[in-house]
Amino acid sequence: MSDNAVQHTAYSEHAEYADAWSEQESPRPQAPAPAHAAVTPADAADAARLVSFGLQPKLLPARDAEYAELLRRYREDPAFARLADAVATGLGLIVLEVSPRAGMAVTAGEDSVFAVRMGDYARRAATDSADRFLHGLAHLAVAAMAFPRPEDLADDAYIGRLTVNGVDSFVRQACLRLEQRAEEEGENTDPASDAPGLEAAWRVWSRRSTTGATKDARRLAGSTTGIVAKAVAFLTDSGFLQRTGDENGGSYRTTARYQLQVRDMAGSAALTELLDLGIVPVSDGTATLVPPPEGDDLDLVADAGLPFHA
Amino acid sequence: MTSPASTDLAPPQLSAGPRPAQGPAADEGLARRLRALACTAPLHDLDARKANLAGEYTVYAMAEVALAAIDLVTLHMDFDTGADHDQVVARLLPRVAAQAPDRPAAEHERVARWVLENLINVGSVDRGFRAVYGTFGTDGVYVRRDYDFKLVEEVPGYGGAVCLRTTDEAVNVLVGALDTDVTSAQIAAEVKLEVLISRGRLADAQLAAEQARYRTVQYAETLRRTLDATRRNVRAVDWLNGVPDMIAEALDHVADRYRHENAILTNIRKARDEAEEPEHKRRAAELVDIVKDCIRRHTQLQSRLLEAGPLFRAEQDRQAFASPTRYTGLDLYGQLVAPLLPLPVERATRVTDAFFARGTGLRTPASVRLGDLVDLLLTPPVEREHLGAEMPEPELIATPDDSRFSERQLADALALLELEHDAPRRLSGLLADARAAGGEDLAYLVALLAVHAASPPVGTAYRQGEERLLFAVDDGTPLDDPGFGGADLIVGTALLDAVGMAADRTEAT
Repeated sequence: MSDNAVQHTAYSEHAEYADAWSEQESPRPQAPAPAHAAVTPADAADAARLVSFGLQPKLLPARDAEYAELLRRYREDPAFARLADAVATGLGLIVLEVSPRAGMAVTAGEDSVFAVRMGDYARRAATDSADRFLHGLAHLAVAAMAFPRPEDLADDAYIGRLTVNGVDSFVRQACLRLEQRAEEEGENTDPASDAPGLEAAWRVWSRRSTTGATKDARRLAGSTTGIVAKAVAFLTDSGFLQRTGDENGGSYRTTARYQLQVRDMAGSAALTELLDLGIVPVSDGTATLVPPPEGDDLDLVADAGLPFHA
Repeated sequence: MTSPASTDLAPPQLSAGPRPAQGPAADEGLARRLRALACTAPLHDLDARKANLAGEYTVYAMAEVALAAIDLVTLHMDFDTGADHDQVVARLLPRVAAQAPDRPAAEHERVARWVLENLINVGSVDRGFRAVYGTFGTDGVYVRRDYDFKLVEEVPGYGGAVCLRTTDEAVNVLVGALDTDVTSAQIAAEVKLEVLISRGRLADAQLAAEQARYRTVQYAETLRRTLDATRRNVRAVDWLNGVPDMIAEALDHVADRYRHENAILTNIRKARDEAEEPEHKRRAAELVDIVKDCIRRHTQLQSRLLEAGPLFRAEQDRQAFASPTRYTGLDLYGQLVAPLLPLPVERATRVTDAFFARGTGLRTPASVRLGDLVDLLLTPPVEREHLGAEMPEPELIATPDDSRFSERQLADALALLELEHDAPRRLSGLLADARAAGGEDLAYLVALLAVHAASPPVGTAYRQGEERLLFAVDDGTPLDDPGFGGADLIVGTALLDAVGMAADRTEAT
């Protein structure tokens, strides 16, 4: 008991130090700790070790005793927590959450060396604007399928489930709905030949084939299911999804990290971008995948009931 | 000049007036027709391009094969599956073969595959077609537009296989103005069928029945999509009124059609059994098959409809009864996906890029050492193993030849039985010839073959398109022979109409 008390004072001193340190904006994370009684090189090494665990997203704290111990220390010891946060920040990482369920959930800052770039992700996407959009939309659609209702994204205990073919048909459904609406309004959605950039986004997806036979029985990479499959495989490598089966092109469930990433990072970033474009999607917090207004029932028979956007 | 309507056709741009171009309303009809026309273009294109293929392929009517392929795929579209690639090719082969019977089978298959691949348009990244047409906009400006469409598309099937489905465009090209209310069109077709049957016009009746089947398939496809969507989100669908009404309606429809088609079935069966003319009989029999298929599809539809209720309750449990959370999150679909899709792709890409940049997580960059790099660059690429591990050479053990008769004896016996079609012979005479030529063994073989011919394999001969068939008939004359007893069969050869049968087979498929 007495030992603990001593240690605690030692770390609270360190906490003050770390505070001052981060305000000076000169984080030198892995440099040996300066001569101060409370911060030892061993502490810095432990903090860096914890961040390195966070960089292995598929590693579960429950499976690694050292990881679990460092997490416990992070949560119980504010000074150590600050040190670990500083290490992460110095490496260009953003700490989303540190908890036994998600581990040290870190993600890459925009210009970090850890960031994923579209050009590295898919070679065609670098040159072909349609492919670039399709890959981006696939990631957005996977998230929307994984967390269909706002509550799902907010509820920490929620585990989303999705399949590759399910994501594709979900987007196709939405596109079909738009196509029908355009048809009802007598709008000609065929894009002008000399301005492909003005083509409506949904058309790009519905135009691309769902799947295709290849010579070596692999998935056709350029098809929409191929693009979605690439996205989920990549997210699985990022520790965001776990593969649960092979049905419907591969079925997956979400991890806590994915929820954090979508909720705290990607969703708001995309929303900001959308607002910049002058589109203000109003939400009162209820689901927008709702029944159609009264009198619109006929659409149900004509076509699938989803998704309706009120 | 001679046409009285020529003044109406004069381009409005030339006439003096404030309107520079035809209004968009008039243009819309034109655009629709242009699109319909574009859908037929790939078929014409096949015939135009066949000359460019390496080889002499002008004998094949490619458009005909293509339409037959679309027919086949449409008829094999069920709830979950589409048509199988190889199966479609296999079923196309008789038609292709009939177009050029003296060409090798490998070439027939090549043609069938070529047509199917061109219908999918395997070469393009979208696997579809694009036609360019022009319209006048509301502001009178002429705009060229791209119309993208598909005829046969590839969809994921059971167990990761790739199946084929025909698109709405293709069905429209195939059956014509199908762009009408499914239910009423089907009722109309069936009423027509009943009238036709009552008047005994079976040829027309078959056509109507086949059209009814296309509509049934299309109806099932529509419902499949509806139920699929229901599975995804309970709240998306009006389960209070809309869907239960729809399911009740659909069940009524199935019950109604089932009763209706059973009535038709009974009628045609009667027509089939009472028909005097063999041609009528055959057509009625085919009609029975088609109607049976319709009933099968309705039954399938019904079982899907019955699954919808339990599915809804399970999803309801999962989604609606979860405890509410303290705060609400972002609505990914409503606030991101839905507003994003109608945007021009250029602007939408900015949003998806932002999501991608922050939603993919992190990758630890590989740090490269020069030494490793040299090794890496000098390593020959690993060959992909297409064929898997090498098969061990099987050890073959020669089986002893324990045949009762030798090949030569069989040849002799078949030569003896090679009879003129108009000159059948008695078995006794054949046996005597056989004894003279090859002894008791040959006579035994001839007797066996003759007995076998008493029940000739008509079905097999029909399927394989054989031209001659050996048969034997018992007319009651006893056989007077030292080695064999029984009836002195009359053995003869029947000529079969191979070409006619081939045509029938293609029709039947």
